[in-house]
Amino acid sequence: MKTLIRVLAMLLLVVASASVQAHKPSDSYLSMRVAGNRIDGQWDIALRDLDLAIGIDADGNGEITWDEIRAKHGDIAAYALSHLALQTDGQSCTVATTEHLIDEHTDGAYAVMRFAGTCPAPISTLDVRYSLLFDLDPQHKGLLQLKQDNGTVTTAIFGIDNPQQQIRLHGGSALAQFADYVQHGIWHIWIGFDHILFLVSLLLPAVLARRGSEWQPAEGFRHAMADVVRVVSAFTLAHSITLTLAALNVVALPSRWVESAIAASVIFAALNNLVPIFQGKRWIAAFAFGLLHGFGFASVLGDLGLPDSARALALFGFNVGVELGQLAIVAAFLPLAHLARSSWVYRRVVFTGGSAGIAAIAAVWFIERAFNLSLA
Amino acid sequence: MAIIRSASLLLLATASSFCIVNVTLAAPYVPKDGSQVIERLPARISAEQREIRAWQERLRADPGNVALAVQVARRNIELGRSHSDPRYFGYAQAALSAWWKQPDAPVEVRVLRATLLQNQHRFNDALADLDGLLTKDASQSQAWLTKATILQVQGRFQEAKASCARLYGNVAEVAAIACFAGVGSITGQARQSYALLERSLQRERTLDPSISVWVHTLLGEIAARLGRTQEAEQHYRKGLEQDGNDSYLLGAYADLLLDTGRAQEAVALLRGMDRVDNLLLRKAEALHKLNSPDAAQATRTLQERFDAARLRGDTVHLREQARFELHLLNDVQAALQTARRNWEVQKEPADARILLEAALAAHDRSTARMMADWIRKNRLEDKALAKLCSVAGETA
Repeated sequence: MKTLIRVLAMLLLVVASASVQAHKPSDSYLSMRVAGNRIDGQWDIALRDLDLAIGIDADGNGEITWDEIRAKHGDIAAYALSHLALQTDGQSCTVATTEHLIDEHTDGAYAVMRFAGTCPAPISTLDVRYSLLFDLDPQHKGLLQLKQDNGTVTTAIFGIDNPQQQIRLHGGSALAQFADYVQHGIWHIWIGFDHILFLVSLLLPAVLARRGSEWQPAEGFRHAMADVVRVVSAFTLAHSITLTLAALNVVALPSRWVESAIAASVIFAALNNLVPIFQGKRWIAAFAFGLLHGFGFASVLGDLGLPDSARALALFGFNVGVELGQLAIVAAFLPLAHLARSSWVYRRVVFTGGSAGIAAIAAVWFIERAFNLSLA
Repeated sequence: MAIIRSASLLLLATASSFCIVNVTLAAPYVPKDGSQVIERLPARISAEQREIRAWQERLRADPGNVALAVQVARRNIELGRSHSDPRYFGYAQAALSAWWKQPDAPVEVRVLRATLLQNQHRFNDALADLDGLLTKDASQSQAWLTKATILQVQGRFQEAKASCARLYGNVAEVAAIACFAGVGSITGQARQSYALLERSLQRERTLDPSISVWVHTLLGEIAARLGRTQEAEQHYRKGLEQDGNDSYLLGAYADLLLDTGRAQEAVALLRGMDRVDNLLLRKAEALHKLNSPDAAQATRTLQERFDAARLRGDTVHLREQARFELHLLNDVQAALQTARRNWEVQKEPADARILLEAALAAHDRSTARMMADWIRKNRLEDKALAKLCSVAGETA
């Protein structure tokens, strides 16, 4: 969603100061809102380009007045719409102009044409054929931004070498959206190394028990399981809470701070295995730091975007996905760790060495994130 | 996500207030007055435009006419350069559309096609075209020169020199020497190249103004890299006498002024050239150095320009974008990324410089070391780069 909001912000910010126009290649800005079988559109075309194509400056004095433009509104609409074909399921959508306005972009004034389209069926895939100006200026580009009711924004660039594109619309049934977000959740815990390493750091001691200043293999599997359940549940509960709060805009924290704090939490969790910081109450640490991790997930979810129409369901789905991914990691880790717990390799290499390694990696992350550096 | 939303709302609010302050509108509007002038098109009424339009009419009636098409394309390319207006390159391409997709188009068409591709920074496509046409007709000196230029930009210096060698006997001597001097000056022979080119220029009695501008610009750049500020300035001034609107020359001169602490003069030099993004960048950098209240607006305008370019997928101004991100936005990570992407495509001294600057700012030692090695290996003599390298050395 960062990129998506950026695109929106860019389009809205593309204004020119009245005194200076940039020189840039020719673009037109086409934005469409799709709902059901209806399309609401706005097409910004440079007056300079329109004058080249169909002539707007009627008296040829090098100045285009509003009167001259108004006289040509019919021709502008005809020219524009004859170079834009919208289809769905192989059938054409009918398009009609609704109003004409003016707007400024970095390289001058544009004619703004608003239109309404109706398609023969609800749109799941929109087939767009764009051919404006290519015969006069093959370097012209049509910049499309397509918004759906569920909040998804798709962008596309049309050029002479790719004048036809199919835009697949997202959304669909509630179940499909739910499943979609579950998948996203699983994926994002899978690639979220900081979350994984945090969890692993807290789980490594689960199959061991501390006797004095030494780690010994714990007795039973049940003991280890109980420990894991406590830690993972606490972590899950905490990050679900903050993920929900942040995703619904109830709480907001600066992302750099959050990311740095998450890195710090990994350092603590790993160090705790080497030097007892919060002994025996790891589930408390899991809960406390889990709150932070929830904010981290929320920013990822922010990038994806929640659909306007099924927010709670999508949020729940994402959460479920994260838990499933977590469960998979724990289920893979626990039996192996339990079996290996008596071995020297587990205690020295995996537990001690691994914890030290995790702390080191997390320290690098912390420095990079907190001080905006790259230490590659 | 909340942060992003609040941030973008803040951005919108700022943008809107900025627009109001500047008496422009951030949203589409219906003009109140029918006689209000919405857009000015000076080109419409210029004599040269009418001439080109006449030719274009003839071309439409006779699209297969190579000579006519080449004439129209060439004129449009010239206009594009002199006005620093990229739309003309689009019109030039349109004139050649009958042959644009043909691999073995007529030779004159291919030379122009390669020029247009080079313009879009599609260097490898341009080279493919040039190599193809030069196999057919090795006397095409413009093609050899374009090829030499592209190879130099790509850092393929030996090959560039080989292309320059093919110019001898086919062009004015000074042009051939300028080609060599360009490459020589960045591969360890700066002083000799400068002396040779200066002498050659003095020997020429009458010289095409465009060649004169090119040679003076080149001499200025070599002198600037050698730290000979006064001589550099003299050459830039001579060039501007021939063509006061050459945006490349203005940019080079502005860079010299910025580097020698004369930001105020840079602002004066670039007055009225805001429409050219590369020059607006230098002006913004100068205003920033002067702590001028106008710096913020220039930065905002530049951001819009780069955003508009990014929206259309343009990547021809990565070097300037990296400078913008580093010097005006202080976004070191973004600048480093942009400078790296730029370096993949271009390897001129200015590209080396922005990458090295960004690497140092980001404490990216491995990139800084790589750049220092590249500079050393190619024996690139450039005072500013040498200073940056020594900084890199100190922190190593």
